[in-house]
Amino acid sequence: MLLKPLAALAAAVALIALVVLALGASPVRVFAALWEGAFGNWFALTDTLTKSTPLVFTGLAIAVAFSASLWNIGADGQLIIGALAAGAVGPMLGGWPRPLGIATVLVSGAIGGALWGGVCGWLRARRATSEVISTIMLNFVAMQLLSWAVHGPLMEPPGAYPKSVAIARAARMYMFDPPSRLNPAMLLALGLALGCHFFLFRSTAGFELRALGRNRRAATFFAIPADAVAIWAMALSGALAGLGGAVQVSAITHRLYEKMSPGWGYEAIAVALVARLNPPWIVASAIFFGALDSGSQAMQRAEGISPVLVQVIQGLVILILLALDTPAFSRLRESFGRFAQSEGYEQSLTEGSDA
Amino acid sequence: MLEPLLNSTVAMATPILLAALGELLVERAGIINIGIEGAMLAAAFFGLAAAYFSASLALGILAAVGAGVAMNAMLAVLVVNLAVNQVVAGTALDILAVGLTGVFYRRMFGITGKAFMVRSMPRLALGPLASLPIVGKPFFEQSVLVYLAFGIVPVIAWVVGKTRYGLRLRAAGENPAAADALGLGVYALRWQALLASGVLSGLAGAFLTLAYANTFVENITAGRGFVALAVVIVGRWNPWGLVLASLLFGAAMALQFGLQALGTTLPYQLFLALPYALTLVVLAGFGGGVDAPSALGEPYSRSS
Repeated sequence: MLLKPLAALAAAVALIALVVLALGASPVRVFAALWEGAFGNWFALTDTLTKSTPLVFTGLAIAVAFSASLWNIGADGQLIIGALAAGAVGPMLGGWPRPLGIATVLVSGAIGGALWGGVCGWLRARRATSEVISTIMLNFVAMQLLSWAVHGPLMEPPGAYPKSVAIARAARMYMFDPPSRLNPAMLLALGLALGCHFFLFRSTAGFELRALGRNRRAATFFAIPADAVAIWAMALSGALAGLGGAVQVSAITHRLYEKMSPGWGYEAIAVALVARLNPPWIVASAIFFGALDSGSQAMQRAEGISPVLVQVIQGLVILILLALDTPAFSRLRESFGRFAQSEGYEQSLTEGSDA
Repeated sequence: MLEPLLNSTVAMATPILLAALGELLVERAGIINIGIEGAMLAAAFFGLAAAYFSASLALGILAAVGAGVAMNAMLAVLVVNLAVNQVVAGTALDILAVGLTGVFYRRMFGITGKAFMVRSMPRLALGPLASLPIVGKPFFEQSVLVYLAFGIVPVIAWVVGKTRYGLRLRAAGENPAAADALGLGVYALRWQALLASGVLSGLAGAFLTLAYANTFVENITAGRGFVALAVVIVGRWNPWGLVLASLLFGAAMALQFGLQALGTTLPYQLFLALPYALTLVVLAGFGGGVDAPSALGEPYSRSS
């Protein structure tokens, strides 16, 4: 189960070493700087956990959608809308009891994301529209909507800088150990990962969702309502991503800026695929990619390599995993296996010919 | 007032049209190429880098085309030969392109990038047409790539719609198993479409850095590849429809620059979001399945 993801990561690391060499830097020093920046000290470790948190939410969003063969490329837009909802509601909660304020902000984000994703599910179910295209389009609409909001209606007076009014104290997430940014959102993410696991693998609705993902025709033959599942699965996926955006506002930024996501919705595809769409593993996978994000800053300071190197790793990991999963690759491996087990070279040749 | 607006409309529409024409070929063959944004971005960067270091525009365009073709060849191995999920593979290529171009760009030119400039592609005036009022300069005094983009539209319309080859290409996109049973060679057709699209994405990227911006900034494509995907849908998989849709979306993108001059208080983000929102409306209105190739996006493998 873990073999292919680890093989993909190893292959990606080898390719990255080549890229680093092409850039004229030392791979060993670059990887050392990455490690140091991600786990080298207490601050680095807390930064890694903080940067992993949104990836757990978006990773779960991808896992839910992809398990239903709904190709949600819009987790980024759903996260942005979730943040936007949280940033719009947050400033109005002055004087509220804090647990209620935090809950309100998080629920607003989840609802925003659910609407943004649910629309694409509805378009798919009722208007035969590919969710791939609609989610990509809505990513850009969300970006512009956020940009307009921080330049316009939500802008903080006197309006010198594109940022929104700060959310009320009651809406701000508890902090475990300031000045580090460790906060309970990571525990919420952990709980949601377990919840998603039980939902996908232990509940009837989750079974229906996965059945549709595996074989749509067979599933509809057994009267699983494909249209309804498409709508609520996309809404659930959007809600998870939107929650990630709201958590970011409540715990980290406390207000909206023009850019709320450095591409967490796209990175989430790598996170979810490495975890084989398996919710508990998504936590581990998110920490891995969060560590890369956090370590890449130190790598830039120490070795002068841009942090976008991390995106090269993300892209390569996805491509290699896709290739490793194909029947063509499995046949290749089987023939290697047979070759190893067979008594003589000739036998493997004859077996190979009818494969 | 109108002339600069038309001018920037054409500048915005050209790379989108080039990329969309390539995407049309690929989609006709049954593949959806989400990686088109990444192919354009890689072409834009490597085209400019080649032109900068060799001081040759021709080499720059060649390198851009090479980068576009290389990106699409990677996709072809995965989605044609290995039959992996096209959407996920394409998205991975987009992420990869952002990373690769960003890393090399910052390593070569630091963060300011001030020195990373090339001379703009020369503009070619088409005789007396160029001196027409208003439409003259925007349409008839442009770089070669603009004429190329609009000039290949009838060629692609003819090849796809009227030739035997076009029929085979469409068969590969409508029913690949049947096409293969007839011996049409679906894998080869899909490879050819992807390579041709790589050339066009390469030219689109070259236009951005060598004819329009004359420099590179990170993520310079800024979603134009995704707009090209939208253009194919709004243009209903018809080359002439793509021209109209590209000009329409180009105009929407150009309007953000002209807004202040027009004295309107509409937020510029409205115009930036317009191409994407309009695509959604068109999709919701027409549905996806009417004109789209039937097997679009379905992984197809001969062995299963």
